[in-house]
Amino acid sequence: MADLGAVRAENLVKEFGDFRAVDGIDLHVRQGEIFGVLGPNGAGKTTMLRMLATLLSIDGGHAEIFGVDVRREPHRIRQLVGVTGQYASVDEDLTARENLWLFARLQGLTGTRAKTIAGELLERFGLQEAADRPLSQFSGGMRRRLDLASSLITRPPLIFLDEPTTGLDPRTRGQMWDTIRELVTDGSTILLTTQYLDEADQLADRVAVIDRGRKVAEDTPDALKTQVGDSTLQLSLADGSDIALAANIVRRLLGEEPVLTPESGRMNIPLPDPNRAADVLIGLREAGLGISSVSVAKPTLDEVFLALTGHGAVDEPQMEAAR
Amino acid sequence: MTTTSTMTETPLTARRVDPSAAVARTTSRSSVREVWVQVLAMAWRALKKMRRKPEQFFDVLIQPLLFTAMFAFIFGGAISGSVSDYLPVLIPGILAQTALTVCMATGVQLREDMDKGVFDRFKSLPIARVAPLAGPMIADLIRYGIASVLTLVTGLAIGYRPGGGVLGCVGGVALTVISGWSLAWIFTWLGTMARSAQSVQGISMMIMFPLTFLSNAFVPAETLPGWLQVFVKVNPVSHVVSAVRDLFNDGAVTAEVGWAVIGCVVVVVIFAPLAVRSYSRKM
Ligand SMILES: Nc1ncnc2c1ncn2[C@@H]1O[C@H](COP(=O)(O)OP(=O)(O)OP(=O)(O)O)[C@@H](O)[C@H]1O
Ligand SMILES: [Mg+2]
Repeated sequence: MADLGAVRAENLVKEFGDFRAVDGIDLHVRQGEIFGVLGPNGAGKTTMLRMLATLLSIDGGHAEIFGVDVRREPHRIRQLVGVTGQYASVDEDLTARENLWLFARLQGLTGTRAKTIAGELLERFGLQEAADRPLSQFSGGMRRRLDLASSLITRPPLIFLDEPTTGLDPRTRGQMWDTIRELVTDGSTILLTTQYLDEADQLADRVAVIDRGRKVAEDTPDALKTQVGDSTLQLSLADGSDIALAANIVRRLLGEEPVLTPESGRMNIPLPDPNRAADVLIGLREAGLGISSVSVAKPTLDEVFLALTGHGAVDEPQMEAAR
Repeated sequence: MTTTSTMTETPLTARRVDPSAAVARTTSRSSVREVWVQVLAMAWRALKKMRRKPEQFFDVLIQPLLFTAMFAFIFGGAISGSVSDYLPVLIPGILAQTALTVCMATGVQLREDMDKGVFDRFKSLPIARVAPLAGPMIADLIRYGIASVLTLVTGLAIGYRPGGGVLGCVGGVALTVISGWSLAWIFTWLGTMARSAQSVQGISMMIMFPLTFLSNAFVPAETLPGWLQVFVKVNPVSHVVSAVRDLFNDGAVTAEVGWAVIGCVVVVVIFAPLAVRSYSRKM
């Protein structure tokens, strides 16, 4: 059978009044991949996902999921897609177990099977102990996990995750990443949105960058990063007057031109290979130059945006205009 | 765990998700049986919420007690000469009024519910759009039941002796529950249309007061000016009240009972599809 692709969307459009939140986006997600949609606040990520999940009407263009037309067959689409929204959509007045049981029953599982699956999901997401407590006592992370568990009851072949790790602590974020990878190992396809280049880098096979409702780039995370540039090594010298000397050492060791801020004794050094940071530090020590602080910074979403669109990710006037 | 389990039976175990099999399994709409299971599941949810928030029973508990006693002692002498003569007129009237109050709560609660995050989940699941509306209404049957029985019991306590006997009373309560449930579809429709729970409350009040007070619920229609009698006669609440009076006081299944039932059917046939349509469009 020909691979129809998990998602094929052509020229998707969503209008709120005369504002185009999604303005002609093409999206092709292959089966079995993790596809990341990267974009700043208000880019249209959630809107696009909700259109594909039949939660919002499609104002223009065409979308298919596993060959099923989203606009014409919403009921089929809902059987194929598990949706974990940006804000947890679980019932605050029920317990975690009751939530899962209810969603399972609504999808046609028998009472006993619904019970078994609720138990299995609670265990898999580390929620057994809290299973019978009211959700009002749940932390944001627990709610997120329950929300994801709720999307997996029927093991849908396509899973939408809208900013799955925003607001999670680093450890919980790591666990979420592991869970997402497991889902793909099981054969599901993932379409996720994120505001973090780092997250897209860790998880996604391919990434689309969207801005103001348009797709501005689509590539593998590595290729995107190359477009954007390298990490930088940021140094502050203990004695700012040494800066010219230090800059010479950097030029000699790395062959890179550091960006200097002499007033504060700081310099930013492009770092094609992070391993060579140590060379610089050793070089400075040997020359007897003291350092007051040091850090390595990866390219940020803001830099990706600057490189791709010529404007920064947080662009207030545009946000205002959108209101 | 059994070894012969199918994919859906072992959702988390080693078998791989197969997209083309999943596509082949999809259906273009829920079957009648599936819809019924969905409605029951939503009713279960509503019952759970009722148990956790018993304060929503205040209206169905307080109103029958308070209004029955108050109206009987205040209006009894003026309208019917004595409290005991007024009770056969009053009790069915209070019953109808209480049922309408419950209806109103149905619409307000639906609207509140629709603003919650979980409704996004309901929308994203392959369920019939009628389930989130009909489920809570099934659970509400309990509230109509409690309210009706409580009104009747209060009446009995202050001296009401229904001539229709046990059967007549059971019939009257049943008719009240059916009428309340049917009229609730109007308020459910309002709930799906309105912008906020408060506006549902406001609009419902504006509908409820004329419906109950411009009816024969508390006073005989003959005492009213002619133009008002016209409205009172076409008001469906009047027919329900008359029908319940016939059942309670005479144990008789009269034409009024027939009219009341037909009225209920008409209301459901018109407003249930309207509510479902407006609810589906909200998504
Ligand atoms: N229901 C709505 N009515 C009017 N405008 C809307 C509506 N929903 C979204 N928008 C606008 O559409 C634009 C895109 O919003 P969307 O929620 O899709 O952004 P996003 O990329 O998900 O942002 P975030 O990272 O903040 O979640 C925003 O400018 C937003 O104000
Ligand atoms: Mg969003």
